[in-house]
Amino acid sequence: MYSDDLLTTILKSVRTIAMVGASPKWVRPSNFAMKYLQGKGYRVIPVNPGQAGSEILGETVYGSLGDIADTFDMVDIFRNSEAAGPIVDEAIELAQVKGISVIWMQLGVINEEACKRAEAAGLMVIMDRCPKIEYARLFSELGWAGINTGIISSKRPKLRA
Amino acid sequence: MTDTKTPPEAGFETRAIHAGAHPDPATGARNTPIYQTTSYVFDDADHAADLFNLQTFGFIYSRLTNPTVAVLEERLANLEGGRAAVCAASGHAAQFLTFFTLLGPGDEFVASRNLYGGSITQFGISFEKLGWKCHFVDPTDPENFAAAITPKTKAIFLEVLANPGGIVVDLEAVAAIAKDAGIPLIVDNTMATPYLCRPFEWGADIIVHSTTKFLGGHGNSLGGAVIESGKFDWAQNDKFPSMTEPEPAYHGLTFYETFGNFGFTMKARAVALRDFGPALSPTNAFNTITGIETLPLRMERHVANAQDVATFLEGHPAVDWVSYAGLTSSPYHNLAKKYLPKGAGSVFTIGLKGGYEAGVKLVEGVEMISHLANIGDTRSLILHPASTTHRQLTEEQRLAAGAGPEVVRLSIGLETANDIKNDLDQGLCNT
Repeated sequence: MYSDDLLTTILKSVRTIAMVGASPKWVRPSNFAMKYLQGKGYRVIPVNPGQAGSEILGETVYGSLGDIADTFDMVDIFRNSEAAGPIVDEAIELAQVKGISVIWMQLGVINEEACKRAEAAGLMVIMDRCPKIEYARLFSELGWAGINTGIISSKRPKLRA
Repeated sequence: MTDTKTPPEAGFETRAIHAGAHPDPATGARNTPIYQTTSYVFDDADHAADLFNLQTFGFIYSRLTNPTVAVLEERLANLEGGRAAVCAASGHAAQFLTFFTLLGPGDEFVASRNLYGGSITQFGISFEKLGWKCHFVDPTDPENFAAAITPKTKAIFLEVLANPGGIVVDLEAVAAIAKDAGIPLIVDNTMATPYLCRPFEWGADIIVHSTTKFLGGHGNSLGGAVIESGKFDWAQNDKFPSMTEPEPAYHGLTFYETFGNFGFTMKARAVALRDFGPALSPTNAFNTITGIETLPLRMERHVANAQDVATFLEGHPAVDWVSYAGLTSSPYHNLAKKYLPKGAGSVFTIGLKGGYEAGVKLVEGVEMISHLANIGDTRSLILHPASTTHRQLTEEQRLAAGAGPEVVRLSIGLETANDIKNDLDQGLCNT
């Protein structure tokens, strides 16, 4: 369980996300998440070895995290739990030089060992969640689709662009 | 990462008032506004495309989503302990959305034979025209559900507290049968409401409601809802291609892969509700939201009054029997204590010694109690099923559904209990 405060802090502080496993096909979940996060003002840099050099949603695709030219705050992993291990290790290695502070594994992606290594290296780790769904939940959009956010509050929500 | 900051989940009464609702972001209005609008402006063409593609959350047209209706949807999902909900114009429409999302022509489902009469007609006759076959079984032995399952069976459907028979079904046992078969258990929780019973806690996968009844509670607004637990694995077998294969009615989107544990709700909304159109009106949603705020208080009084009136009728000389699971005489009393510990609802049937004619005389003879075809109102209601709701069934079906000629159904309201008893007493004196 991650507290709403923790997730809100991450989503407010992160600006650039490297998305490992981003798909060029628009009906794929990774493409959905990328488009949504772009719409919320995040820069999303796609990482997909099979698509390196091409473009997804206006962004150049890189073959690995190390190939990305710019810095980025967060790594979002759209790969299976096992494949997440080496990606996390690469992110730990690049953390200082790239400015990575958060590793986020998607729904169904859980790698406890990799999580421990990343936390030992001082990184924040979220597993088995989707940043798109959490963003929508915490900033009052998810309930629009009849989804249970679990949020009880009498504060006027501040919708973010 | 250990979570230390998340507060404990709020209590049922708190959630009945607050879940899904927050002050209006634009105005600060504290009560949920009635968004009486058909449609919503797009920011630009790209935003419109994102909405139509389901890539972002937002509003297009009130046949699909509406901010007032959305508050009701989230509140119901929350109160049932589910993941997501979609509302519909009535309980019947909610059942249609559910089965359209699950079934294709030639598919089958197994249903309890002790259902609201309208559901028996919908499942047994109207659904058959769509190529959907329903097998009805006696729900009092859970093994009857297992015996009726074939390779084409895609779901089990039951009312945990059945209307009108006073029957309580062994939910946990039937849920285990559904789980073994790899199919969802759908529970109509209209009669109990999530205040008295939460079927997801016993293994149900989908809950349907007629919100017209106790949830709205005031007899002023029709409505229905489909709620998913978020726990059913649609990919465990090949029975549910509508969830696990690309959807031609939605540009090849695969709903389970894309929306995960709220994929069923998204599919029911984006395809069934979109293409068949039984949307809930925002005004009816508003009335229902208002009703739900007092659901815990009302249900407490409903069951207290029902227990009082049922006990009184059991000792009445004109009454042959009372079928209320809250009475120790009921064969379902132990199941009620397990699944409905706060009370066995407020709808039950009685059998009159004077048969069919006595039934007609009683419904015509009461003064305060209303003779009409509904349940779950603040007002006490009375009905003679054999001459009304169940008259289109065969004699055999009527008996099986607990609606024989001598049966009168009562929905006990919130009036002073003595007034309800006195009115029934004077009505019974003439039978």
